Amino acid sequence: MWRRTLRAALRAGLSPGTTGAVAEARAARVGSSRFAGSDSGKAEGPSPGGRVSAELIEHLERLALVDFRNREGVARLQAAIEFAGQLRAVDTDGVVPMESVLEDRCLYLRADDVVEDSCVEALLQNSQWTVEEYFVAPPGNITLPKQSEQDPVTES
Amino acid sequence: MAAPILRCARAGRCWSLGSRPRRTRALFAEPVPGRVREQSSAAAHEWAAVVGLEIHAQISSNSKLFSGSQVSFLAPPNSSVSFFDASLPGTLPVLNRRCVKAAVMTGLALNCTVNKKSLFDRKHYFYADLPAGYQITQQRLPIAVNGCLTYSLSVGAHWSPSATKTVRIKQIQLEQDSGKSLHDDTRSQTLIDLNRAEGQLRVDANVSVHHPGEPLGVRTEVKNLNSIRFLAKAIDYEIQRQIEELRNGGKILNETRAFDEKLGCTVSMRDKEGKQDYRFMPEPNLPPLILYDAESLPTAADPQQVVNIDWIRERLPELPSVTRGRLVEQYGILPEHSFALLNEDGLLEFFQTVMKETRAEPKKVIGWILSTFLGYLKQRNLAVSESPISPSSLAELLSLVDSKVISLPAAKQVFEELWQNQGKTTGQIIQEKKLELLQNQEELEEICQAVLAEHPQEVMAVKKGNQKVVNKLIGMVRRATEGRADPIRIKQILEKQLQ
Repeated sequence: MWRRTLRAALRAGLSPGTTGAVAEARAARVGSSRFAGSDSGKAEGPSPGGRVSAELIEHLERLALVDFRNREGVARLQAAIEFAGQLRAVDTDGVVPMESVLEDRCLYLRADDVVEDSCVEALLQNSQWTVEEYFVAPPGNITLPKQSEQDPVTES
Repeated sequence: MAAPILRCARAGRCWSLGSRPRRTRALFAEPVPGRVREQSSAAAHEWAAVVGLEIHAQISSNSKLFSGSQVSFLAPPNSSVSFFDASLPGTLPVLNRRCVKAAVMTGLALNCTVNKKSLFDRKHYFYADLPAGYQITQQRLPIAVNGCLTYSLSVGAHWSPSATKTVRIKQIQLEQDSGKSLHDDTRSQTLIDLNRAEGQLRVDANVSVHHPGEPLGVRTEVKNLNSIRFLAKAIDYEIQRQIEELRNGGKILNETRAFDEKLGCTVSMRDKEGKQDYRFMPEPNLPPLILYDAESLPTAADPQQVVNIDWIRERLPELPSVTRGRLVEQYGILPEHSFALLNEDGLLEFFQTVMKETRAEPKKVIGWILSTFLGYLKQRNLAVSESPISPSSLAELLSLVDSKVISLPAAKQVFEELWQNQGKTTGQIIQEKKLELLQNQEELEEICQAVLAEHPQEVMAVKKGNQKVVNKLIGMVRRATEGRADPIRIKQILEKQLQ
């Protein structure tokens, strides 16, 4: 999502007042800083031009459940962060962020009627393993092995 | 999944004490040994606790918040799950109008400011009963904010009408519910039912402590609270635990803890993943929710597509505080009685029906309803709707007591009989058991005279001035009449005869 947005921004030219893709990217940046819900103590973000710490990589992997801890993966992350950092050049003082490209659309309200029948057979077909019409999952989340337990990291 | 849930967060402050109950308010100060306690050092040892409640209430609607699946009750697993509820790719949320109205009504009832524009967000975390990997909620700009709720405290067994408290409502938001997980430890697996989670009303408590004047402390979230009693216990425990931890130089972790009912303590629920980072982001598939009032209502609007706050406000049912005030004024009952009437489903209607059909005084009726009637229901774990006695029967019974056809103890007997519900009317029972009060003055006087004749010593005692013996004599007369005489009348007759 980052990539598409940034490419569009480059095409349009990174000048203040550009709407559309840049505004969306801007909104994403402002949005993330406004959220108070996430708890304190998460790994610090990278400084502009600085390295991505091992702690941050571990945190991101845990959040996304994506294993990208190889040289190429970390390098790509680093490059993406630096690339996105260019947005800070845009002056957004006094500009109301756009939270959604749908902001001018009407939110459709559905009547409170039951219109969906049971499709339990079709749904259960998606699962390899079911027990009496229940889906089956392992007990609790499977924890990622800690950094020390993994193979040595190629980048730190 | 996608069953509708209303969430309201409430923040309140309370002072913490040692092991004393939370109802009393006082500051807890530690003496510094060997020194005169200075104001500042005493202040440094005071603690203030801050408690916030997250209340999840399921909206009463036919279909779910974001899909047209039925909000099922005890349905077979996964039988009311649409493709959207199963988070299959290519599905989109569609907001339920009834849920929006319910949220507005709740906001208005709790004196909130209803936001004319509110936004939906995604809250991300991984769990098997959340197949999308996120929950659609309203974290940043919810549908209603800044409300308050006034309530009365009961001190011991009695309400104290002067102990009225107000609690702040931080916000009310619409959010999806997750599915239901059944843990099968023997086979080391979890069974997932995406109909919806259990429990129509759930509460989590957020607790932190700090020194007055200093910034707020780190808060913990306490879950698995299955009753008001456990809620209170868990909060008390957690406040003490945090104070102890901090006093011993430890730190409070921002974590989730579960309340262990048996041990009466909270235990850490943190799994090895560490703290949660919910990565809130705007829900890209839902535009902002716009609500209107009479002024801002667009003229050519489709009525099915607009929610008018003023229209809803006009049609709010009478709120409990207004009802209680009306009852106190109309019937002259005590405020605590009005609380009790409203706290039980159907009890108010029962009371009002009885009042319509009886001549008895409201105060007497209230006594019967709140102690005798309610007592019988509670003992047998019945709802008002399951009562074997109809309001008309009770009304009839109370009228008979009022017109002194039967005595109070006799009425209690009749009540017991009526409860057996053997199809007999009040009149029939009274006749069968010969419970009518002896009305015949001559007969009563004869019986009194006989009792007095049989107990000359007691008569002497009364004539000497011992009034307590009169009660003994009354008791004897009552026994002689098999409880069918009104004690007041007996007393009158005896007193006349003893002169």
